[in-house]
Amino acid sequence: MTIAISITPFGSRYLSAQEMEKSSFSPNAWIQITPDNRVTIIVNKSEMGQGVYTSLPMIVADELEADWKQVRVKAAPARDEYKDPGFGMQLTGGSTSIRNMFEPLRKAGAAAREMLVSAAAETWGVPPGECEAHQGWVRHRKSVRKLNYGELCDKASKLSVPENPPLKKEYQFKLIGTRMARLDLQEKIDGKATFGIDVFVPDMLYAAISRPPAYGAKIVSYENEAAKKVPGVQHVIVTDRGIAVCAKTIDGAWKGRMALNAQWDKGTHPDLNSETLEKNFLQHLNQPGLSAKKEGNIENALGKAVKKLEATYILPYLYHATLEPMNCTAHVRQDRCDLWVPTQFQSGALMSAEKITGLKPEQIHIHTTYLGGGFGRRAELDVVEEALQISKATGKPIKLIWTREEDVKNDFYRPGNCCRIEAGLDQQGRIVAWSHKVVAPSIFSRFFPQMVKDGIDPAAVEGISDMEYEIPNLNVEYVKIVTPIPVGFWRSVGHSHNAFTVESFIDELAYLAKRDPLEFRMSHLRKHPRAQQVLRVAAERAGWGKPLRKGHGRGIAYHYSFGSHVVHVAEVSVDKTEGKIKVHKVVSAVDCGPVVNLDTVKAQIEGATLFGLSAALMEKIQFSNGGVENENFYNYELIRMSDVPEIEVNVLRSREKLGGVGEPGVPPIAPALANAVFNASGIRVRNLPMTPETVMKSIKV
Amino acid sequence: MISLEINGKKYEVDVSQEVPLLWVLREYLKLTGTKFGCGANMCGACTVHVDGKAQRSCQLAVGDVKGQKITTIEGIPEDHPLKQAWKMEQVPQCGYCQPGQIMQAIALLTENSNPSDEKIINAMEGILCRCGTYPRIKRAIKRVVREGKKL
Repeated sequence: MTIAISITPFGSRYLSAQEMEKSSFSPNAWIQITPDNRVTIIVNKSEMGQGVYTSLPMIVADELEADWKQVRVKAAPARDEYKDPGFGMQLTGGSTSIRNMFEPLRKAGAAAREMLVSAAAETWGVPPGECEAHQGWVRHRKSVRKLNYGELCDKASKLSVPENPPLKKEYQFKLIGTRMARLDLQEKIDGKATFGIDVFVPDMLYAAISRPPAYGAKIVSYENEAAKKVPGVQHVIVTDRGIAVCAKTIDGAWKGRMALNAQWDKGTHPDLNSETLEKNFLQHLNQPGLSAKKEGNIENALGKAVKKLEATYILPYLYHATLEPMNCTAHVRQDRCDLWVPTQFQSGALMSAEKITGLKPEQIHIHTTYLGGGFGRRAELDVVEEALQISKATGKPIKLIWTREEDVKNDFYRPGNCCRIEAGLDQQGRIVAWSHKVVAPSIFSRFFPQMVKDGIDPAAVEGISDMEYEIPNLNVEYVKIVTPIPVGFWRSVGHSHNAFTVESFIDELAYLAKRDPLEFRMSHLRKHPRAQQVLRVAAERAGWGKPLRKGHGRGIAYHYSFGSHVVHVAEVSVDKTEGKIKVHKVVSAVDCGPVVNLDTVKAQIEGATLFGLSAALMEKIQFSNGGVENENFYNYELIRMSDVPEIEVNVLRSREKLGGVGEPGVPPIAPALANAVFNASGIRVRNLPMTPETVMKSIKV
Repeated sequence: MISLEINGKKYEVDVSQEVPLLWVLREYLKLTGTKFGCGANMCGACTVHVDGKAQRSCQLAVGDVKGQKITTIEGIPEDHPLKQAWKMEQVPQCGYCQPGQIMQAIALLTENSNPSDEKIINAMEGILCRCGTYPRIKRAIKRVVREGKKL
C-alpha cells in the first residue's frame, strides 16, 4: 500500500498507487506499508543532525497509529513531488522542516489510517465506525477480531484516498510531543551510517583539485606529465575551479595533485587582507544607505531625546566547518546520471546535473546520504558541479573529497558585517528613537536574487527592521558592500549578526538608563507576551537578580527568529589581566510553539548555543594576499570540551504557531555572552570574536 | 603487500607504506566508520585503537602499524557499555564525529575507570563536535563511570 502526496501551490493532494497511475503525476510514495508489516516513511528533508529522520516520521506515525517499532525511514529522491510546499523546492533550510511538513504529513498519515480501517471493516463486513486503528492493528470493538497493517495493506491499497481524513485532537497524540529516541542513532554509534564520504561505486576514480590560492587567480603553469607519472593517476583535467587529477586511489590522486606543482598568479584582489577589508567596511558606514525601514520621525525624536548613545560593531566572516568535508560522488553516462551527495538542496543538485549533462530530470538520480553537518554550507552546489564536470570529462564515476584546507579556503562564508547604531532615551528611560545602519555583502543577490527587493537583501536587516521591541521611531538602512569573498547561508543567517548588535545595544541602553537589563527589555515588549514569557522563564531559572560568586557576571539576550522566541542567560567570569573569558553556565528558554520531539528541540538548542558560543569566542576568517589565510583547525579553532559550559534548556510548550528549532538558538548567545562580560568586568566588547586580544582592546573603549 | 590485523581479522593490502592508516581503513578496506575530518591531528574523527591506545589514524603511516592490533568502531560490540550510554543520553546529532568520540572515550575508561571531570575533558579535548553534543558526551561517559560497568 502506498500513499503519495502531491504538493502544489494550491495545497496537497493525496493519492493511492492506483490513482497515481491514472493521474498525470509521476508516482512517488510518501508512506509504504508492505505485507511484512513494515511502515516505510519517505523523508524529503536531509538529515544533518537536526533529527528530521525521527521527527517527520513521528508526525506520520502518530496519525497513522503505526507501531513505532515497525517504522523505517528512506531518503526521498529528487522529484517534484518531494518539494517543500513553502519553498517550492526540495531544500532543507531556514528551520522549516517541521513547520512546512507538519500539516501535509499529518494528513497523509490520517488518510492511510482511514483506508486501513475501511479495509478491515470490509473484510469483516462491519461498519467502519465499529473499527479502530491502534498501534499497527485495526480492531473490531464488538468482537476480539484484529488484523495488522501488513495483513490489510493489499486491500487498503485498492481504496481511494480520502481528501479530508479526520485528524487527531492534541490530547490524542501518542508520539507528537514526547521524547523519542532517534531512529538514526544505532547506525551512527556503530559507524555504519552512510555519509557522502562513505559511498563506493564500482570502477570509480578519486579526484583531487589543485585550486587557486587567491580570488580570481589564473593558472600560470602546471606539470601535467609529472602528475601522470604518479602511480594510479589516469586523468589530468582543467576545470573552471582548478586542475583536477583523477586516480585509482585517493593517495594517488592527492600525490598527483602535489606533483602538478601548479603555479598561480596573484589574482584579482592582491591587496585584500583583513586590515584593508575592515577599513573598507568602516568606510562604507559613511555612505548613504537604502531605507529598509522608516517608522516615525527619527531626526525629530533623536533631537528631543534626553540621553543619547552611539556605537559601532564589527563582526567577522565565518566558516561553516562541517566536520565532514565537502564531497560528492558522480557518475555521468550517455543516458543516465547518478549523484551520491550529502546535500541540503536536491532541487539545485538536479538543476546542476541537467545543465552539465544535458540529460532530462527523469534520467538523473540523486541519492541523498547522511550529512556530516550542514549549517547552510550544503545548500551550495559547488562540489556537486565539480564532481559532475569531472565525471562527464572522464566518463568514469568520480568520488571527490575535499581536504580540510580546501574546505576552509573555499567556503561561502557568513558575511562580515559592521553597523552603527544611534538611539535616544526619554525622561522615563524609554527608547524613543533607534537608527541602525548596516554594512554587509548580499547573500541573496547570488542565491535567490528575486528575494532582493528595492536593493535590500532581507538577510542583511532581518532581526532589526522586524525587531519585537516597541520603539516609536525606527530607522534601518542598508549599505551593500561588494567584495570578491563568496558569502552564503550560515546557521541563522542575518540573525547571527543582527541579534548581536541589537541585543548588545539594548543592554548598553539599559545601563545608560540605569535600569535592570531584564526589566528594561520587558518594558519595551508590552505587546509581546511570548517574548515576555521566555524572558521570565529564563531569568527565573537562571536566578536573575540573585547574588553571584565574586567575579562572575550575568548577561541576558532575547531574539525572535524562524518563528521561535529564544532567551539565553549566560554566566561568565573574565580574567581582566589577560582578557580570557570563562563561560560557566547558560540557561535557555525557547518557545517554538507545539513540540514534536522534545529531545530534538533540547538537542538543537544545546547545539545552537555551542555553535554560537564557538563563533563568539574564537572564530574568524582571516584574509591575506587576496585570499583566505586560515588553513585548518589549528588556525580556525572551534569550541572544544574544556570551553563548554553547563547548559540548561527550558522548552515552553505553547499553543502558538509552530516555530523552527535548528537555528533560533544561535542568534542570542553572542550578545548574552557580551552582556555577561560587561556585567562581570565593565568591559563592553563590540567586536567579535571575543578573543582575549579583543577583550583587552575593548578595555580602552 | 602489507599485513594488518584489524578487529581481530587479518588483512593483506596492496598499498605503499607511507599511506595514512585512515585511508587504508576507509578507502581500501571499506571500514568507513573511521572518519576523515582534518588530516592534521586536530579533530580526532579518525581515532582508532592501536594496541589498546587511542591514536589518530590520519597521522599513522600504514607501514608503521604492521603487526599491531588495530581496533576500529566496527570492532566495538553493540552491547558495549559506552555505546549503551551513548544511546541512553541520545548523544549523536549529525553523527560524523561520534565513532572518534566513542573510541577516545573507550580508551580513557579502559585506562581509568573513574576519571575526574578534568581527566575526562583532557582526554576528550582532541575530538571536535561541530553539532555541540559535548554536554551529552560528558554525561554518557559519567553514566558509565557511575554504573561501574567493567569495560
